[in-house]
Amino acid sequence: MIAETCVLPIKVEPAENYLNAEHSIRSWLLTTDHKRIGLLYMVSITLFFFVGGAAAALMRIELLTPRADLVTSATYNKLFTLHGVVMVWFFLIPSIPTVLGNFLVPMMIGARDVAFPRLNLASWYLFMGGGALTLWSIVAGGVDTGWTFYTPYSSTYANGHVIAMATGIFIAGFGSIATGLNFIVTIHKMRAPGLTWFRLPLFIWAIYTTSLILVLATPVLAITLALMALERIFGVGIFNPAMGGDPLLFQHLFWFYSHPAVYIMILPGMGVVSEVIPCFARKSMFGYRYVAYATVAIGVFGFLVWGHHMFVSSQSIYAGMIFSTLSFLVSIPSAIKVFNWTSTLYKGSITFQTPMLYAFGFIGLFTVGGMTGLILAALAVDVHLHDTYFVIAHFHYIMVGGAVMGYLGGLHFWWPKISGRMYCEWLAKLSAATIFLGFNLTFFPQFILGYLGMPRRYPVYAPEFQVLNVLSTAGASILAVGYLLPLAYLLWSLRYGKPAGRNPWQATGLEWTTQSPPLRDNFETPPVVTREPYQYDAQAAELEAANHG
Amino acid sequence: MADLSVIQSATHAPQFDDAAQQREAATFGMWVFLATEVLFFGGMFLAYTVYRLAYPAAFAEASRHTLIAVGGTNTAILLISSATMAFAVRAAKERQRATLAWLLLATGALGALFLGIKGFEYAHEVSEHLLPGRNFHFQGPHPDHAQMFFYIYFLMTGVHAFHLTIGVILIAWFALRAWKTDAFAKNDTAVELLGLYWHFVDIVWVFLFPLIYLVNRH
Amino acid sequence: MHRLISFLFPEQASNLAAGVDSIFFALVALCGAVTLLVMVLILFFCIRYRRGSEASRAGKKLSSGLWETTWTIIPLLIFIGIFIWAAQAYFHMLTPPADTVSTYVVAKQWMWKIQHGDGRREINELHIPVGQAVKLVMTSEDVIHDFFVPAFRTKQDVVPGRYTTIWFTPTKPGKYHLFCSQYCGLNHATMGGWIYVMEPEDYACWLARGNAPISLAAQGERVFHTLGCSGCHAENSKIHAPLLDGIYGKPIPLSGGTVVIADDQYLRDSILLPIKQITAGYEPLMPTYQNHISEEDLTAVIAYLKFLGTAERKNR
Repeated sequence: MIAETCVLPIKVEPAENYLNAEHSIRSWLLTTDHKRIGLLYMVSITLFFFVGGAAAALMRIELLTPRADLVTSATYNKLFTLHGVVMVWFFLIPSIPTVLGNFLVPMMIGARDVAFPRLNLASWYLFMGGGALTLWSIVAGGVDTGWTFYTPYSSTYANGHVIAMATGIFIAGFGSIATGLNFIVTIHKMRAPGLTWFRLPLFIWAIYTTSLILVLATPVLAITLALMALERIFGVGIFNPAMGGDPLLFQHLFWFYSHPAVYIMILPGMGVVSEVIPCFARKSMFGYRYVAYATVAIGVFGFLVWGHHMFVSSQSIYAGMIFSTLSFLVSIPSAIKVFNWTSTLYKGSITFQTPMLYAFGFIGLFTVGGMTGLILAALAVDVHLHDTYFVIAHFHYIMVGGAVMGYLGGLHFWWPKISGRMYCEWLAKLSAATIFLGFNLTFFPQFILGYLGMPRRYPVYAPEFQVLNVLSTAGASILAVGYLLPLAYLLWSLRYGKPAGRNPWQATGLEWTTQSPPLRDNFETPPVVTREPYQYDAQAAELEAANHG
Repeated sequence: MADLSVIQSATHAPQFDDAAQQREAATFGMWVFLATEVLFFGGMFLAYTVYRLAYPAAFAEASRHTLIAVGGTNTAILLISSATMAFAVRAAKERQRATLAWLLLATGALGALFLGIKGFEYAHEVSEHLLPGRNFHFQGPHPDHAQMFFYIYFLMTGVHAFHLTIGVILIAWFALRAWKTDAFAKNDTAVELLGLYWHFVDIVWVFLFPLIYLVNRH
Repeated sequence: MHRLISFLFPEQASNLAAGVDSIFFALVALCGAVTLLVMVLILFFCIRYRRGSEASRAGKKLSSGLWETTWTIIPLLIFIGIFIWAAQAYFHMLTPPADTVSTYVVAKQWMWKIQHGDGRREINELHIPVGQAVKLVMTSEDVIHDFFVPAFRTKQDVVPGRYTTIWFTPTKPGKYHLFCSQYCGLNHATMGGWIYVMEPEDYACWLARGNAPISLAAQGERVFHTLGCSGCHAENSKIHAPLLDGIYGKPIPLSGGTVVIADDQYLRDSILLPIKQITAGYEPLMPTYQNHISEEDLTAVIAYLKFLGTAERKNR
């Protein structure tokens, strides 16, 4: 059985598709096909993921002992900056939107491509240009400001290539904006006949809301980084109190982007889960409209909570109270989603393929991440926990436990569509379990470390924190194995995987009605939509009828 | 059938169903782009507001060192260019090719004139040591705060001038195409979108002018 | 058992700690309960409704306004409750008791400099008697730092250009970690120290040790004369400048028509940036002292201004 699915090379039926339409390198680098652009992004962010992951691995090994003995403090400071910058801007933010979003948005809405294919390609070049500059700034000597670039440290005191790195992020930011703009216009204007807003898959709702955030928040980050970098060049003091500037203004501007950015990372993951759960529960999404509304609500509220990063920054007590209230409110739509996913399972007919395991992992870890977010939104408790490992653990539960699990789940779900091949199921299940286990072992001890009072960004720490740090590092090594496995078996599947066929999961959704891998123009005939999404019951009834007939 | 597809591909790109969908998508895309631009300038306007409220005296003092006559002239130039642009969009709609080319040329020339005058103004300010940095020199009680004003001034007007430069280049290219080809004969959307962009850049200036030149001037 | 607790949980050594811990535990219980609920439900559904199971699927629902409302309203009410609870504690944390004596803290890359009211100075150490409220008025000479004492469950960013305050009443003698928890550059991780909470008699011993310095206010008085402040701010001065006796804590009418309270921040601003807030009835004559006075001298001068007008001084 195992040998059959995993080893035997089986040829895909020789259909013409987007992968074999053209072969030259030029046809990839100059492609305007949204599916190929999605793959360009996939390769690029995988590269960035392993760069950021290598930095994380070095940090975790360094933290095995309370002294700075593997790397110096100076190096460690550069490592966490590199890890944060690369993972946030060059992996997490692009991950689902640019890879799965690019591949799926036109297919899910029954279009031939995004509205502006050349702009789409330009986004990738902006992304890569920004990424190259950022990597250069690291190779050339690094930056030690942390990914948050707090002033006046970044603008006046830090050495290193702050300007180059900020410019890299600035450029990549315009790639993000272009992607968001493309998706918004595509979703508004290019839906197939009959595909009304409330017939859209929830993945599209998620990508739509994410795109709104990309378009409205990213320019603020761009101008903030520009102000900081130019301040460094010209020696002006708008963020430097020694010259009359206000360092808190930077924090306000920075978090006005960077808090919504968390929703850029998590909303698409939620979108993936909303596709996977109904499919493997063989049941329509429970409370579809509420989940759609909740998605938009998260996007809107997400813009109003940035000040919860500043409860101990000396912003006014009343600002703190307002931001705390709003932070509690933003958690409600997230809770609604979790409850709706759970209810979808009720009276379903559940199977446990890999994407479903990731979806369960997502729900569990996201719930822990979200609930610990409430602990941090509670004002007095945040005073103690701010800038400790508790915060680190919390946002890794959201960003890694949530966003990365969502990305991997989505990748496994749509891999048959993207590549036309099935991967090795038992290996995939094994790696999902490994990631879940390794993740919890890495980050759960950090909650305790944080409450004990270990501040973040510490290469040297008090000896009583060592045991928990060792546990965390042990978990990280398991996690690393979990991340390397999919790379291996997914590549393997490209050549040796079983042909997937159009719809290996019997999923609803337009993307499954075309061949795998799809044609350059996605569909043989332009689709027309006549019913609501996730009609698994109707599908089952039809199959039943067909069998009897 | 074959003939029909040729006509289709001439009027719209392959990812669209028809020309109407393409026009709607392009127009909507421009509005989304302008929304992103508003937020981009918004960050600078916020910084300006914060520090003007914090240091009203220094900002008033610094503002008196700007050349109001030059700024006023430039405002007038941009407003006129907006009018010629509006007429150009109308000419495109009415398929008046030569008029369109001339009006675009006029708009572009006015934009270039603005940039020239702005360049003269910058040169004057640099010679007066008002460019932030090592050579900045300001007679007054609070040079640091005046420097903030000039920092935000140079940044905002610089970003604005950058937008305007792109506009001028596009307009010149469009004028050439209108003159040489009948690119806009069937499809005036591009001209309309260029008009939207141009008006947006003008509106930004309409906000910049009082913030820069008219602080506490009586 | 005790070792396990101290391994998992920090000591409670201030009046704020118990309050923070009780909110934290309540929230952990809530989180645990919700997470458990979701997990158990998922597990239960997965077993009962696995493909091929016998369980009845009749009466499937696809949406329920009632359930949606339930799981919107109940969390909302719980959250409002938690918010009020935590916000009250926060308010308490940020409002020191009125008569608390200020101790000044100046942070710089990478050390903590402490100035006690009696003129003692410490570096990376703070000795305080148990049971007495302590208010720290803090500023930074360079970048943002953060004063964090886990055992006290409180922290506060230390921001250049402004004073921030933090207060606590230590409740348990001992030696506690002081951390910098806002990233501040190369040696951020080692920018720490110790808080020594002492029994009153030990504290008295500690005070008696070493030579008694002159008080912070007296140090401030010296600076006040050295910098020439007394040249204008005196009864017999030819220059029309406000007298500063008893100015601390008084409302000051400004030339713009507003009134401010002369607190630490106001006095600091008035020395560094006199033109920003001109006292009504005076000309803006005072020069700026930015770059002419160190943070430590500045706190000394403010301590001196506080001291002017106190009963102690009247009796002198």
